Amino acid sequence: MSRPSVIPGFGLSLGYAAFYASLIVFIPLAFLFAKAFTLTWAEFWQTVLDPQAIASYRLSLGAAFIGALINLVFGFIVAWVLVRYQFFGKKIVDALVDLPFALPTAVAGIALTSLYAPQGWVGQWLTPLGIKVAYTPLGVIVALTFIGLPFVVRTVQPVLEELEKEIEEAAASLGANRWHTFRRILLPALLPALLTGFALAFARAVGEYGSVVFISGNMPFRTEITPLLIVSKLEQYNYAGAAALAVVLLMFSFVLLLLINLLQHWSSKRAGA
Amino acid sequence: MSGAVSSLNRRALRATDATTEPLWVRILLTAIALSFLALFLVIPLIAVFTEAFSRGADVYWAAITEPDAWHAIKLTLLAAAISVPLNVVFGLSAAWAITKFHFRGKQALITLIDLPFAVSPVVAGLIYVLLFGAQSWLGPWLSDNNIKIIFAVPGIVLATVFVTFPFIARELIPLMEEQGTSYEEASLTLGASGWQTFWRVTLPSIKWGLLYGIILCNARAMGEFGAVSVVSGHIRGQTNTLPLHIEILYNEYQFAAAFAAASLLAGLALITLVVKSLLEWHHVREREKAVRAASQQA
Repeated sequence: MSRPSVIPGFGLSLGYAAFYASLIVFIPLAFLFAKAFTLTWAEFWQTVLDPQAIASYRLSLGAAFIGALINLVFGFIVAWVLVRYQFFGKKIVDALVDLPFALPTAVAGIALTSLYAPQGWVGQWLTPLGIKVAYTPLGVIVALTFIGLPFVVRTVQPVLEELEKEIEEAAASLGANRWHTFRRILLPALLPALLTGFALAFARAVGEYGSVVFISGNMPFRTEITPLLIVSKLEQYNYAGAAALAVVLLMFSFVLLLLINLLQHWSSKRAGA
Repeated sequence: MSGAVSSLNRRALRATDATTEPLWVRILLTAIALSFLALFLVIPLIAVFTEAFSRGADVYWAAITEPDAWHAIKLTLLAAAISVPLNVVFGLSAAWAITKFHFRGKQALITLIDLPFAVSPVVAGLIYVLLFGAQSWLGPWLSDNNIKIIFAVPGIVLATVFVTFPFIARELIPLMEEQGTSYEEASLTLGASGWQTFWRVTLPSIKWGLLYGIILCNARAMGEFGAVSVVSGHIRGQTNTLPLHIEILYNEYQFAAAFAAASLLAGLALITLVVKSLLEWHHVREREKAVRAASQQA
């Protein structure tokens, strides 16, 4: 199977990698599916289409979508500002963008909850306006926006850096104004990266648990995300039910992963063209 | 990266109204970007440290030195100390196989490596409960032989290994892909053995990328909450890692103590970001040096 190569270690490296990956990832995931299908079809559908489960999908997907949308808009602005403009402290700001990757989710969860609680630093300004964030779906959106924040910035930034300034100059010399150049030249070139970042942030947020459980209040039908519902099934020793919901959650993630791969394929083809 | 720098210089020379925005737009966009980052990143970070010291340094000190906190810190360090090296060995062997050889099923292996990023942390914990829990197929055999995995340290380590599984391989594969195989081939032709080639040729050329992967892997390993929470059973002083300890304190309304413990992890996150940025800047400088050397030769 392998191309004749002078480099040794093919059997050892591939063998070990495949063995370890099977042991840690593949076999446990296969067991999850096996466990979920110890249920009959009827039981499986009853579990995954239960109104409480449906409410949790709606919240998990909806809040993740809105969070990713917020990140799409503001992440684009952040990437634009970091690449195109000069200002004091830019390097520090650039490094700080990755904070949600480095900060443990539980820490983010309690920090955001304390900020957005009615007496919190941010919450106290919102309460008089009648806006409640902590312990409402809005709180879930805040947490999911936080954890997805770096994705759009980090996918758009390198593409923006590589864009040829000459194309913009050409557009300008042909009489396009700045807004025209942005809409017709820059936006189409950046679209694959923007969508990839959006999908990555969305995928990450769908399964998120740690940062959400503190701020959401975990009320069934209202602020209960799907991962939390899985945990509560587990606490009731309903293992097959937990596995069934986990299969649904995995399916959402796999579809998103497929979409991300297609987007990346599209953007690399674009870059090549 | 060097392209970015030189294009900056070019832009400075040629910046005209046609290729940049009016001043008020630039100021507005910068203000929006910085406000967004301040609201979502800086203020939460400040809140962690402020809340941690809200009841004075004595309370802070007591919170991070009490026995349960100490035990949680030690367990967190242990879980990271086991899972990071395991994933380093995996990352190196996977990257070696994928970048030095052509074989069928390569794409499948790459997909498998990425998979844990797409799995919810809760599901990551659940799969090990289903595999090794008391109700599982292996459960009776494990309990007969007095092996505890779930609600014990091995389960915590397994869950941590799973969630940090892709980090190092993900970092090394593109790096080693880019470097190709010519140096290794030269070394082997000159009579070095396979291991000598790995230690003397490959490893030195990927050491910064490897370190980068280790830093990120370690941050996630020490901070993982969801997956570890499912398998740990939350036994105080036994199976509580630092993130789980924070949750317990928080749910008991011991806010200052919870934030004190959280401030340790926030400190870790900040150190991670600093080291990560230093590595990136180092990488940019090396690249520029290489480009300059190449252009001088030409």
